[in-house]
Amino acid sequence: MDFLVSHFAEILFYILAALAVLGSVGVITLKNPVNAALSLLGTFFIVAVLFVLQHAEFLAAVQVMVYAGGIMVLFLFVIMLVSVKGLKTQAAFLSPLVPVAIIGAILVGALITSAVLLGVFATGDGGPEALQMVDGAVLGNTEAVGMVLYTKYLVPFEVVSVVLLVAMIGAIVFGRKDRFIEEQEGEVGS
Amino acid sequence: MPLEQFVPFIPEIFLAIASFVLLVGGIGLGRRGMRPLALGAVGSLVVTGILVWLFGRPAGEPEVILGGMLAIDTFAVFFKLLVLASAILTIMLATGFLERFRYGGGEFFALILTATLGMFVMASGVNLVSLYVGLELMALSSYVLVGYCKLEVKSNEGAVKYFVLGAMSSGILLYGISLVYGSLGTLDLMEIKTALVAAPQDNLVLMLGIVLMAFGMLFKVAAVPFHVWSPDAYEGAPTPVTAFISVAPKAAAFAMFLRIFAGAFSPEIDHWRSVIWLAAAMTMIFGNIAALSQDNVKRMLAYSSIAHAGYALMGVVAGTAYGTWSVLMYMLVYTFMNIGAFGLVVLLETRGYAGETVKDWAGLSKKAPAAAAGMLILLLALAGIPPTGGFMSKLYVFAAAINAGYIWLAVIGVLMSAVSLYYYFRIVVQMYLVEGEEAESGAELVRDRWAEGVVLVSVLVVMAIGVYPAPFVGWAQGGLNALGLM
Repeated sequence: MDFLVSHFAEILFYILAALAVLGSVGVITLKNPVNAALSLLGTFFIVAVLFVLQHAEFLAAVQVMVYAGGIMVLFLFVIMLVSVKGLKTQAAFLSPLVPVAIIGAILVGALITSAVLLGVFATGDGGPEALQMVDGAVLGNTEAVGMVLYTKYLVPFEVVSVVLLVAMIGAIVFGRKDRFIEEQEGEVGS
Repeated sequence: MPLEQFVPFIPEIFLAIASFVLLVGGIGLGRRGMRPLALGAVGSLVVTGILVWLFGRPAGEPEVILGGMLAIDTFAVFFKLLVLASAILTIMLATGFLERFRYGGGEFFALILTATLGMFVMASGVNLVSLYVGLELMALSSYVLVGYCKLEVKSNEGAVKYFVLGAMSSGILLYGISLVYGSLGTLDLMEIKTALVAAPQDNLVLMLGIVLMAFGMLFKVAAVPFHVWSPDAYEGAPTPVTAFISVAPKAAAFAMFLRIFAGAFSPEIDHWRSVIWLAAAMTMIFGNIAALSQDNVKRMLAYSSIAHAGYALMGVVAGTAYGTWSVLMYMLVYTFMNIGAFGLVVLLETRGYAGETVKDWAGLSKKAPAAAAGMLILLLALAGIPPTGGFMSKLYVFAAAINAGYIWLAVIGVLMSAVSLYYYFRIVVQMYLVEGEEAESGAELVRDRWAEGVVLVSVLVVMAIGVYPAPFVGWAQGGLNALGLM
């Protein structure tokens, strides 16, 4: 019982981590797209709880709002707009991926072994104080993220805004009708 | 952070604003507005170059600005100017091409500028976060550019493959970054180097992180076995875009590669060198051999550019100062010879991707002797024959490998350069030696002053470097004044 109490966070972590893995396996194995999407939703929530366990409350909130909220709604919209029943199932989809799966398994295996060998699992000093120190001042989680984001990481933050703009331009370029193409042939030239 | 730290950042700010202006300015303009818009894009790139020269240069020792995110050093200036040059040449190539193929220009030019901005950040970033963000900006702009001719199926296919594999490689790179961060507790390249010098590590997690980051970077420079995306993306992309993505992102990726590996991870060189060695050897062998059987010129040049990444990787394997500046030199020459060669493909190309096969070059020496001579010089340079710049740049990377004791790698490089002669000369044979009816079947060159100018500039630069390399070598060696590099 003492063991349970003193290692409560770790036990919770392993249970949740296993659930998250199960959820993500569900996303790629479930045949019905709606079930797969729901499985993804569950995984997002579990990841949010994992963030909370790491005292990253801000990330947890963002995870729920952006992923579970925004992105999942878009997913479900698309699934419901596309008529799923008419799609053919492809049985052979997985077979060319076998070598990829083997490589992936080797990489994951290497990671786990190295982690076990080094005892990464044992060292955990992720106390709230360690995470919330910015310039020597203890702040709340959101404030700490905000402080770092708008001072030290200002340049990457601004560049990311251009990245989002480019993504939007890309969507427009691919989505709109191009007026030049519809002009009459014959007036080419410069 | 103090405001004067933003002064060296002025070129980047200007570039971002210029791309917004081009984007908005392109909306109302019809096809007649194409040339002014292109001139605006070229003009703003030239102004950016001047701003880099005025504000972006280090006063002496390299400095770090804006919270340790970017470095101001001559290494960054070298790559920034190189990227600017390739962006300018690309826009000059693309203007006529877009007119002929009836595509709008505003977004195209804006995307070239945002890609350039991303590569600026890649060239000067000294923090893994800023480097990664710059890489993403460059990559995302390139994905859209590859798919720009959206009515061509090949362009769509190339864009999808480039996007999916590029996203995966970014994921691998990020995974590596997170493992490195997890084991060292810092993202700053200088702090990583200091930590590794103070306590050399055998930490397996760190090793895995370094190897995954190497995989991610090899993906971006299209080295074997991570090259699968590049022939399809290069073949499918509109040809001016192919010219762009085959040089500028590769140069920027090499800048990032050198900063991370020859800089931050240099204390661990014995651990990662074998990975890069193997990739360099495989890239040279596979790229050249696969190019032999290609009939499509763009695809052939794609495999050739894979092979060229292999030659440049030799300088990274060497891990010496000589190796580093030889990579800079290689990228300089490679940029001009590749853009020039693709420029001629653009000139030969007509709607619907005709003019791309080797046979289309038949009899070009009679129809357009100047163009044929230009292509001959560029192909000689790509093959590495003196007195072109291609010879000098290959000489330096081979010498770097030999100086560092990697004789076998240099031997592979020389042998594979000999193999490459075969496929480059298939085009030469078509241009000069095919007689009679076959010579009549080739495609016609279009008239496009701007693209002709690009080819002319490329040929002149490639020849100048070959005949009188001293000042260019001086610039490349000046690029060694870099933060954290040896």
